[in-house]
Amino acid sequence: MTTNPTKPVKKLSMQQRYSALTRDIDWTPSYVTEDQLYPHTTYEGIKIHDWSKWDDPFRLTVDAYYRYQAEKDKRLYAVLDGFAQGQGHLTLSDPAYLNAMKIFLGGVTPLEYQANRHFSYLARHFNGPGPRFAAQCQSVDELRHAQTEIHTLSNYNKYYSGMHNFAKMHDRVWYLSVPKSYFDDALSAGPFEFLIAIGFSFEYLLTNLLFVPFMSGASFNGDLPTMTFGFSAQSDESRHMTLGLEAIKFLLEQDEANVPIVQEWVDKWFWRGYRVTAIIAMMLDYMLPRPVMSWKESFELYFEQQMLNGLFPDLAYYGIRPPKGVEQAIWEKEHLSHLVYHTFYQFSHAANLTTSIPTKEHQAWLASAYPDAFEQFYKPKWDKLEKMAAEGNRYFYPGLPQLCQVCQVPMLFTEHGDPTKLCQRHSEFKGEHFNFCSDHCKEIFDREPEKYVQAWLPVHQIYLGNCGGPTIPDVLAWYGYAEGDSGEMLGNVDHNNWKKWHAQVDDSVGGRESVEVGGAAEAGKGA
Amino acid sequence: MAMTETRPVSVDLQENEENRAVIEAIEADNEDLTIRHVPGLVKLQAPGRLVIKRESVEERLGRTWETHEFQMAIVTLSGHITEWDEDQIVLSWGHPERD
Repeated sequence: MTTNPTKPVKKLSMQQRYSALTRDIDWTPSYVTEDQLYPHTTYEGIKIHDWSKWDDPFRLTVDAYYRYQAEKDKRLYAVLDGFAQGQGHLTLSDPAYLNAMKIFLGGVTPLEYQANRHFSYLARHFNGPGPRFAAQCQSVDELRHAQTEIHTLSNYNKYYSGMHNFAKMHDRVWYLSVPKSYFDDALSAGPFEFLIAIGFSFEYLLTNLLFVPFMSGASFNGDLPTMTFGFSAQSDESRHMTLGLEAIKFLLEQDEANVPIVQEWVDKWFWRGYRVTAIIAMMLDYMLPRPVMSWKESFELYFEQQMLNGLFPDLAYYGIRPPKGVEQAIWEKEHLSHLVYHTFYQFSHAANLTTSIPTKEHQAWLASAYPDAFEQFYKPKWDKLEKMAAEGNRYFYPGLPQLCQVCQVPMLFTEHGDPTKLCQRHSEFKGEHFNFCSDHCKEIFDREPEKYVQAWLPVHQIYLGNCGGPTIPDVLAWYGYAEGDSGEMLGNVDHNNWKKWHAQVDDSVGGRESVEVGGAAEAGKGA
Repeated sequence: MAMTETRPVSVDLQENEENRAVIEAIEADNEDLTIRHVPGLVKLQAPGRLVIKRESVEERLGRTWETHEFQMAIVTLSGHITEWDEDQIVLSWGHPERD
């Protein structure tokens, strides 16, 4: 065609524009010292000698940033409009799919907002203009993510339960304390630790395990708007990954004394983040009616291959080894999702989502994805629960679970290497007894016990009388639940509505007379 | 430092009409490329080094294309961005040269 093979005419190169628009707008303070201007960047023991060595490979400038972000939003909102106009909620593969989105909205979206706030803090408090500007962009990105996620999912909130009260649920619901406490842990650390915790360990090491499966799952289950916001957010995410990688290299190159500090943070934050992804593992393997890839496959692809075999050989040059918990995480990939969903199945009367026994087809898929684990260890559990449900005795656990003091996940994990033995670890601190799900959570506690004794553990708070009252209905009312938010999926309000709406679609082409909720619609189907 | 590095680097791109030219350009400019399709996206992986060239994209797109536009296409990556200027984007492992 008529392309011009010569370079586009530009006044400045990308590198020059980047320098002019970020570095050159910095100044040296004259009436306060640098320490007074940036008081938070020394107490963690990290030594920085030359802030100008921070590099941004994206060479992003303010004008380019806003131009592309505006274009991303335009594309997304066009999709959202079409979705709302075209009754897009009817295209979902199954109403159970939205359970994954309930986890996302209650568990992840509020973290995006917290990230917005904290990157804004970093944009004020780092001494160098390079990292300040990168943090500023990320801060605006995170706000965009929170907003677009809320806008997107609000389209389902019109039709489905479990999403109407997500911000309150994030603060109160037992399992949502897992992502919340993880992020609170990072927010209450110093600026460099936050950068390694969220910028590197989360955004670089683990983000793919979170976002890519969610978005591919949305794509595969008829959820066009979520796929679109996800990819829109993820296009920023590759910039965040780059910031995280730049951050760790920068700290390691600035001073050798930084290496052991960074290593401790990598160990800690890999494990903290990995424990949060246990919920993703469950989502991926059990909550997508049309599964995309197994947790095991996703972990192998995005973590073992790209991080352990790709990134860590590079970091070895600086004296950084892979995080301590990696061996256990690799072993657990066969078991993680089964253990977690098995627990959620028994506690979904208290979650903002519904669960059910995996169907025969789904179990066949699980058996093929986990040939060494599913049939041997987990199918028998489902068979037992299925038998109970068939006898009219759908099982919900009547008590409250013991939680890990650090990750706040119920103590459902097994010993490393033995899927039949539950793991329990303990520490004493100032005469009190604390429980942990694993060696690595115990290590994290033992390193900073003063921090983790302050954890807000949902179960303890219920027993302390801080959650609305002593009975489960009291607590659920305090969570702000409404009818249909929780429990068994089959026969739930959402499930019944789904059948009703789809029967109406059949009706318009098939010529049936009227449609009632639930059984009547089902009975009429295919007539 | 100069040794040949073969650890794979990769980019995952949204699989849509906008990005077809970018995907084809990457296929043309990188030998030994592995392509994998996941719902909604395509994963392009190359041993050691992967390059995205402005000229190749423009040839296929039939219009000018700024390398900044790559931000619209990318979902995730593995490797360092060792070069990003007006003409190309390079991903590789190893320690990036600083300019």
